[in-house]
Amino acid sequence: MTNIVELKPAALMTVVTMRLGRQMLAIPASALREILDPLPVTRVPTADRSVSGVINVRGAVVPLAELRFAFGIPEEPRTDASKMLVVEVELADEPMIVAISADAVLEVTELDRATMEALPPKGSSWPHAFVQGVFRTKKGLLLLPNLSNIFASLASASGTAAA
Amino acid sequence: MDDDMMAVFRQEATDLIESLERGLLDLSDQPGDRDLINAVFRDLHTIKGSGAMFGFADMAAFVHAFESAFDLLRSGQAAVTPDIIRLALEARDEIIGFLSEQADPDGRRAAILAALEAAVGATGNAVGTAPLPEAAPTGQAHRLWFRLTGNALALGARPDLLLAELRELGATDIRADLSEVPALDALDPEVCMIGWSMDFPNGITRDAIDNVFLFNDVDLRLEAPQAAVDRVPVAASDPVPVAEPVSAPARKPSEEGPQADKGGATMRVAAERLDHLMDRVGELVIADARLLQLAQQSRDPALMAAAEEISRLAAGLRDTTMRIRMVPVRSMIGRFRRLIHGLSETIGKPVSFIVRGEETELDKTVIEQLADPIVHMLRNSVDHGLESPADRAAAGKPAEGRIMLEAEYSGAEVVIRISDDGRGLNRDRIRAKAIANGLIGADTILTESAMNALILEPGFSTAESITEISGRGVGMDVVKKTIEGLRGSIEVQSVEGRGTTFTLRLPLTLAIIEGLLVEVAGERFSIPLAAVQEIVELPADRIEEDGSSDFLDVRDRLVPLVRLRRMFSSPGAPGEFQTVVIVRAGETRAGAVVDRIIGTNQIVIKQMSRLHSGVRAFSGATILGDGTVALILDVPHLAGVGQGVEDRRGVAA
Repeated sequence: MTNIVELKPAALMTVVTMRLGRQMLAIPASALREILDPLPVTRVPTADRSVSGVINVRGAVVPLAELRFAFGIPEEPRTDASKMLVVEVELADEPMIVAISADAVLEVTELDRATMEALPPKGSSWPHAFVQGVFRTKKGLLLLPNLSNIFASLASASGTAAA
Repeated sequence: MDDDMMAVFRQEATDLIESLERGLLDLSDQPGDRDLINAVFRDLHTIKGSGAMFGFADMAAFVHAFESAFDLLRSGQAAVTPDIIRLALEARDEIIGFLSEQADPDGRRAAILAALEAAVGATGNAVGTAPLPEAAPTGQAHRLWFRLTGNALALGARPDLLLAELRELGATDIRADLSEVPALDALDPEVCMIGWSMDFPNGITRDAIDNVFLFNDVDLRLEAPQAAVDRVPVAASDPVPVAEPVSAPARKPSEEGPQADKGGATMRVAAERLDHLMDRVGELVIADARLLQLAQQSRDPALMAAAEEISRLAAGLRDTTMRIRMVPVRSMIGRFRRLIHGLSETIGKPVSFIVRGEETELDKTVIEQLADPIVHMLRNSVDHGLESPADRAAAGKPAEGRIMLEAEYSGAEVVIRISDDGRGLNRDRIRAKAIANGLIGADTILTESAMNALILEPGFSTAESITEISGRGVGMDVVKKTIEGLRGSIEVQSVEGRGTTFTLRLPLTLAIIEGLLVEVAGERFSIPLAAVQEIVELPADRIEEDGSSDFLDVRDRLVPLVRLRRMFSSPGAPGEFQTVVIVRAGETRAGAVVDRIIGTNQIVIKQMSRLHSGVRAFSGATILGDGTVALILDVPHLAGVGQGVEDRRGVAA
């Protein structure tokens, strides 16, 4: 996630903002591979609800992750605005491709890292490990999730049903 | 020298080192076999020659000393002893060190050479350890004249090295013969026009000279004083290995006996390219499935005929590609023999290691991942399985323990058995240990095979004392996990006092398999066809589950049912007609209850993402003709779930 940032003056970071329920999330452009219209999802029985399905991204079987459960965001029915963001993240030092579902993709924007705020130690239901920081914008609070930590916690979680 | 040549050299050297190891191990079984000694000598000679050519001067010097020791064996002046084999194997390992450019700060290499020379010298007829090959001086002076012919230089011959070798044989008064060197403008720089002549004041044998020129085209004359001219062109029996980077591997024809290539041309290809090829074929199979589906929808007979033709070609291509990737079990046997040889010496248990069916082939990915688990099992067999010689004598068994590795085809699987004739598993001890570790309750009653299977559980080690060799409590569970990761299974049979047998069943290939496509509540799943034994209809009165013991009587055998709808928390109720797919993993069977069978198809297996590593019900995923993803059921897991049903019945009964 650092390659592009380093080329920019000091602390500017390019992100794509997306919406989950009423929450805005920022996905660093350097991690983003592509944005897709929703593809048919194959359910993975017994898997955790945060990665309950897989999709076919041009011949590759890619897990579809729901970030909303990590942040306690209620589910929304799929609409025309729904998208899937294919990102590449490091997991245990190895790159991994994951698709993230979004209720809508908003815009590409630049954020100044200096304006990033840490999550207040209390008064937030979000797990601290899942958040890199938040930005106050005119449209509301923008959340920068820590994708590596979120996916690492999913990878270590075993299936919900022992079967 | 460019990188390609270097890569070829390294590959060839690796082959030679492997061949050397095989030769040495064979020699330890048949110490008197002259052909084997010669084969070892030839390998050493070639390693030395090509090593020097590629700038591994230290290695060449080392191998030269190594070779000299073997020359004494070859000429019958010393006899092969276990000590010599052990040291030679150590020296062989050092050659690998040279190739990977490892330093030798402790002088280990020199020590090995000294010990080897001493060991050879000790058995010799007071010949000593002088590194003089073919030390058979006749006392009569000889004169040698030679010139490299043909494209010897282009093939990599090094006159300076040849001369150095001759000098060691005692050549003096070496003179260049420039009589045939043409004028500069007519000079072909790739042809050696210089000849050399020299004296051997102490005499020399024809054999010794031929050895020097073993790999070169040469014109030579060896003249005894006042003797007749002896002029025989010596044809090279084997090209210098670097000569033809893409040609057949430089295997010595005699060294492998029946295993040698049967005359057909072979080609060395980077494994990576084969992987790419396999990927492409995988994509083709998927595209082909899609085409077939579209063609059937179109109902256009011409299109369907064309699609079927392509389908047939794709299937043929798939089979051919998979055959290319098949590697014989033999390719990993060398390190096993070495391991057993070493272990047998370290812990003082004589072992005979018997291998059967080493020509059985498996996909190279399977072979690669199989080597470590087998090493582990062999180590266990020698360390724990076999008794000490004293105990064996007390039990009336031959002092030499026997470990056998057998490989054979069984349908679409390969079965590998590793057996020993040792003490067998001690069930009381396993039981006590399993209860202590909380694997089973104190009053659990287990069948013999279930008891044996306990040693495959994590954290289980039967050795009462942890030895240097094995028994750190990690191991067999990792072996089991690896085998299951290869979509195989492992079983343990044991007769107390008679020995233990591990049976591995492995799929022939990993990349593409035949799958049985089934439907459960509108979702499609694939079951590896090789694991499917039969398909039966679920009787109407069994559509609903009946309590904790859910079995189906299939021809007088009870098969535990695994209701996939329930296992997968599928919505809705089962329909009127349900089908049972009976699968087998090892000796365990289970009946998967599905809504309906869709058909069979070729599936290209894709790994599940690491985000799904906790999901054990599926071993992978595949892409169907319509582009959607179908999950592949993990048969060992299904069978395990079935086993759970069976255990519950055991408790209820």
